[in-house]
Amino acid sequence: MFEILSNIVAALLTLFIFSFLYKDNPFYRFAEHLLVGVTMGYAIPLVYTNAFIPFVYQPIFLEGQYWLIIPSILGILYIFRFTKNLSWLSRYPIAFGMGIVGMGVPMSMHSSVLVQMRNAMRPIDNINTLIIFLGTVTILLYFYFSKPHKGLYGKFTNIGIWFMMVGFGASFGYTVMARISLLIGRIQFLLGDFLGLIK
Amino acid sequence: MKRQIPLIIVIGLGFIFVAHTFIPSRTSQDFYDWWVSWSKAISPFAVVLGILSLFMVHGTKIQRKAPNWQYSVVTLLAVFVTAFVGFVWGTDEGTPFLWLFKNVQMPMSATMFSLLAFYIASAAYKAFRAKSPQATVLLVAAFIVMLGQVPLGAAISRWIPEASQWILNVPNLAAKRGIATGVGLGATATSLKILLGIERTYLGSD
Repeated sequence: MFEILSNIVAALLTLFIFSFLYKDNPFYRFAEHLLVGVTMGYAIPLVYTNAFIPFVYQPIFLEGQYWLIIPSILGILYIFRFTKNLSWLSRYPIAFGMGIVGMGVPMSMHSSVLVQMRNAMRPIDNINTLIIFLGTVTILLYFYFSKPHKGLYGKFTNIGIWFMMVGFGASFGYTVMARISLLIGRIQFLLGDFLGLIK
Repeated sequence: MKRQIPLIIVIGLGFIFVAHTFIPSRTSQDFYDWWVSWSKAISPFAVVLGILSLFMVHGTKIQRKAPNWQYSVVTLLAVFVTAFVGFVWGTDEGTPFLWLFKNVQMPMSATMFSLLAFYIASAAYKAFRAKSPQATVLLVAAFIVMLGQVPLGAAISRWIPEASQWILNVPNLAAKRGIATGVGLGATATSLKILLGIERTYLGSD
């Protein structure tokens, strides 16, 4: 009985959201706002249990690491973001977090640039490696905006656009597949678990 | 005082982190562990900021009886009820909190994302109607990749899964590599601007 009730709730909310395919309506808006509320409400106890208790309460009050009171006060300063005169205080916790940017400079250079470059400089021993090399170079040329994309240079950058279109197409295809598999999941739920039409 | 000290904190910590990356040592590791423990203590309070923001936005709508304010009541009630059941009955398996997740949150978010399947299809149709050769290449690549992932593709021709794999491994790899390099250079430049105090928008306005 309880399972049937649970399925009815889930099915109704699923249908409320699907109703947007017809047009915007009060059922969809209700479900949309409910989703925002439940998602936020879901995060609160989880953050309390998985972040506040182990990293603030336990170390300070049970393990006596009183120096952690300082970052806790820094964290409380976030709340001043909404005050008119003291909103500048919220810059301190933000600044503390932003410090990691120093690590981001060498890390992003290494992982996104140097590693990619190293892999792009492999020996061109077959047609595929030649295509990959040509694609990488022409795309990088496309993103160089200090020179007008005209003449021979423009032809090269145009090849880059074609490569990017194939890449976007592949990503698009994957995204469609992921969304359709979610859609199949919901249809299976409605026809199977809820209506019992498919086993 | 209001902007300079936070800026000094960012620049100071930033250069120490640069040193930590290039000069690994016991001291730099201790510094990193200290920063992580402080960040973990600060992070739960950022959620309070999010909650307050939500309550302020929807509270104002209710207070002013703005158009569709009734839905804001639904949002705030949902926050209260979900958080309340989480605190009272816990977050483990078999609790009302998990019931809300499995029968309310999860079905709705999955349906919300599945809605995009329809809009993606309509976007594809619009791109097809644009009749530009580049949009056609995008759609053909997408079509082959999609067909290559399902049994129907192999049933039509054994070349379709192979073509799909070739697209993913060769031109797609070139595109991803070119874009990743550009993104990497952009991220490095932005990080440098923050580190040197040129980019300050994260501090907000006065």
